[in-house]
Amino acid sequence: MSGLHDQDEVPLLAVRGLAKYYGARRGCANVSFDLHQGEVLAIVGESGSGKSTLLNLIAAELEPDAGSVAYRLRSGETRDLFGMGEAERRLLFRTDWGFVRQDAAQGLRMGVSAGGNVGERLMMTGARCYGDIRATAGDWLERVEIDPRRIDDGPRQFSGGMRQRLQIARNLVTRPRLVLMDEPTSGLDVSVQARLLDLIRNLVAELGLAVIIVTHDLAVARLLSHRMMVMKGGAVIEEGLTDRVLDDPQHPYSQLLVSSVLAA
Amino acid sequence: MNPTSYEPASGYNFAYLDEQTKRMIRRAILKAIAIPGYQVPFASREMPMPYGWGTGGVQVTAAILGPQDVLKVIDQGSDDTTNAVSIRNFFRKTAGVAVTTRTADASIIQTRHRIPETQLSAGQVLVYQVPIPEPLRFLEPRETETRKLHALGEYGLMYVKLYEDIARNGHIATTYAYPVEVAGRYVMDPSPIPKFDNPRMHDMAALQLFGAGREKRIYAVPPHTSVRSLDFTDHPFTPQVFTEPCALCAARGVYLDEVILDDRGQRMFVCSDTDFCEERRASGHRGHLLGEAPAALSGQPAQQEAC
Repeated sequence: MSGLHDQDEVPLLAVRGLAKYYGARRGCANVSFDLHQGEVLAIVGESGSGKSTLLNLIAAELEPDAGSVAYRLRSGETRDLFGMGEAERRLLFRTDWGFVRQDAAQGLRMGVSAGGNVGERLMMTGARCYGDIRATAGDWLERVEIDPRRIDDGPRQFSGGMRQRLQIARNLVTRPRLVLMDEPTSGLDVSVQARLLDLIRNLVAELGLAVIIVTHDLAVARLLSHRMMVMKGGAVIEEGLTDRVLDDPQHPYSQLLVSSVLAA
Repeated sequence: MNPTSYEPASGYNFAYLDEQTKRMIRRAILKAIAIPGYQVPFASREMPMPYGWGTGGVQVTAAILGPQDVLKVIDQGSDDTTNAVSIRNFFRKTAGVAVTTRTADASIIQTRHRIPETQLSAGQVLVYQVPIPEPLRFLEPRETETRKLHALGEYGLMYVKLYEDIARNGHIATTYAYPVEVAGRYVMDPSPIPKFDNPRMHDMAALQLFGAGREKRIYAVPPHTSVRSLDFTDHPFTPQVFTEPCALCAARGVYLDEVILDDRGQRMFVCSDTDFCEERRASGHRGHLLGEAPAALSGQPAQQEAC
């Protein structure tokens, strides 16, 4: 996997001093990082470490108490997410961004067929030809290894792994440049997990996606990400290249985290 | 029935609602007319009839009704169904206004499920009874979210519904409450009228008002406003088509009701707009079943309602 990028390039996403407090309790504080095009960043940490808070801040689903998130648009212009109007931000999120959720029921429309789920973003961005929408949806189902003959089946008839793949197809259909993933493989059995990871890795390489993946599974981070950040108690305690952090953790907590992985 | 005035019942304000309530509703109506297709919230009152019987339409009618108005009330195109008769009686009693069944004579027409076949003219007002005003309701249950979708003009979801229709049935199977885009902006539920009536909403000379009592919303389509039914380029909107004419008045190109005649599969198709059908028969048009049709259908004068 190549995570190399042009050093002169403006980062796709620049997060600076992001903080969120739930009353007096710290959700996350003082988080800063850059993400370049085609780069995969893993955020790891135990439950309650602020991973999901951070992801929701970046997705503008939570209002931050401090800090900024700047994103480089396709036009080359860099804009602050929270300075954008809501209409503009929503348009950005359904064209240039994707969000794959842990619980497929949240990321999918459960009452709508697989084709409708994949086609929704197309219709949201103005596609008005049924035949084209359906053909594109079929293509994408095939790309995420779902039998295109099941295009009219609903997500309820799909297994957990298929639902996650359907979510991925639904997000990638508009060819976004940045995808946020919140524990996409948790709750799946290991063989299904392995296939899903393989699929994500191929798609990321093929489409040159930038990905922020939140996970508590270090193996997932190892397999997918170029860089990783370890979070604890709402703060980033260590960050660096994935292999470096996993093979030579510096912070005592990272060392504990790495040493608590069970070897099969 | 000719327009006739009646002495209103005493003890009630004109048209039942108090004047402050009428002012509040009129303000909502004005706002609705100013923003075609936009659902204006209003403080819907309890009416002396259950929700689902037209409480929204009745409140709109009460707010715009004047002593000189001539009122027509139809339900599924018919003037003599229970709902239509009782609402007509309600306003005859509480407002003493003239009532009629003739579309051309009416200044206000309250309707449920149909637009009269006779073309409406400037100065007339069509008041629709609306059960569920939110076209996105069954796709997005959160009211906060549907309001946002309307505000931002994000109507992709509406197309997801049409997509699902085609995927399941091979064509857009929505036949009533077919979503429309008003004045190029808001997507609106036209109330449960058959999609046959949708094209007639476009550029209509009459003012169209929509009242949803339980959901507390009023919306409007001002005269001569564009109303476009949503569709896909390769699955264009098509209204229902009837192969045979009305069995009583031989009218073609009108919306027909199916009437089962016996238990051996005999059926007839008759105009759903009873007034239109009666007028055609009165002017000499004869359908092929006119002679055999039951008396109630074949142009016997409607029984005068007891008051």
